[in-house]
Amino acid sequence: MTTATVFGLFAAVAAGLGLYGLITNPQPLRKVLAFNLLGSGVFLFFGVVARRGAAAGFGGDPIPQALVITGMVVAFAATALALALLLRLFQATGSATLRADAPTSTDAGGP
Amino acid sequence: MTVGLALEIALAAVVLSVAVWTVAARDTFAAVGGFVAYGLLLTLVWMRLGAPDVALTEAAIGSGLTGAMLLAASARLRASEAAVAAERPGGIVRGLAALLSVVVAAALVASVLFLPDPAPTLAPAAAENAAATTLGNPVTNVLMAFRAMDTMLEKVVVLLALVGVWSLAPDRFWGGRPGPRHEADPNGVLAFLARLLPPVGIVVGIYILWVSADLPGGAFQGGAILAAMWLLVMMAGLTDAPQVSGRSLRLLLLAGPVVFLLVGLGGLALGEAFLAYPVAYAKPLILAIEFAMLLTIAVTLGLLVAGPPERESGS
Repeated sequence: MTTATVFGLFAAVAAGLGLYGLITNPQPLRKVLAFNLLGSGVFLFFGVVARRGAAAGFGGDPIPQALVITGMVVAFAATALALALLLRLFQATGSATLRADAPTSTDAGGP
Repeated sequence: MTVGLALEIALAAVVLSVAVWTVAARDTFAAVGGFVAYGLLLTLVWMRLGAPDVALTEAAIGSGLTGAMLLAASARLRASEAAVAAERPGGIVRGLAALLSVVVAAALVASVLFLPDPAPTLAPAAAENAAATTLGNPVTNVLMAFRAMDTMLEKVVVLLALVGVWSLAPDRFWGGRPGPRHEADPNGVLAFLARLLPPVGIVVGIYILWVSADLPGGAFQGGAILAAMWLLVMMAGLTDAPQVSGRSLRLLLLAGPVVFLLVGLGGLALGEAFLAYPVAYAKPLILAIEFAMLLTIAVTLGLLVAGPPERESGS
């Protein structure tokens, strides 16, 4: 067993855990949280692949590492957008439920 | 089994238990706290994987800024939590979700165990071409030169996300200031730290960009630290959030992508290709892009955390 295998297995479990939380947690904020957990598992996968490709005196293959850095910034931007949508939903309806039959009250922030 | 490997297994077990907590915790605020701890522990995993650049990004953006944003959101949503939490799906749905998650995790485990050996790698190619930019940090080389297109488009994505966040503002607040005006005890700890830390943080942020030519660091990590310093000063009430209609603010938001695009088009005009740097000027051009990006990233990340405008421009 190597470092890459240990953290590769870890990445797989983290991704599965995030997927479970994404489906079962009813609160949208918890879904965003779980989605980030799922994402971290995927990013770690890249890290494992990078680690296995260590060569030329580098600690890892720099290409997947750079892709992960770009991915993390995009994940952050997506999280910010999701949270802004969620807070707007709460502002507009007074509830943060994702139920299809949820009452849609008046738009609190209309013109 | 070596001591290092045993420690890694222990680390993985600890981080996993924190991950379980973030999914299973009843209280959302506690779950978010768990997520921040998870992110910080994950930086250790990234260090063990030989990726200090990614570890810095995870600490600054994945854990720090995302955590701050989630904490702020969970505090605002607290009133609605109990009602929504009651909508927990039934046993069958949860069972099926667990089954699906196990299948996905098992597929990932299988792909980890059967990764090709020897592992394919582009590290030698990155090392061979490092001389073209004279930068010593391979990750910076990939981000700013070999795959500069990704980085440029990512700048645009982050900017679009900010436009998306702003567009959620009610019409009458359009162009106003994000979030509530923060008030804090002017003699309190928060105000004290907001005066003490930013000078250090600004130096560290710029330093992290500057050394990224040869050592771990970069514009994202440095920009995230600058953004954190700005947010700290805003949260302590020492300065107000800026009006999002401000001209200088918008110029700062555009600086990074525009400089990047201009350099890219320059490469096209001078013959080679889009984003091809003339070898003699590669390093100064990359530095120019990175400094423009540092400012843009700091302002964009800070404004993403601050959220859509919620007050009229005057108030």
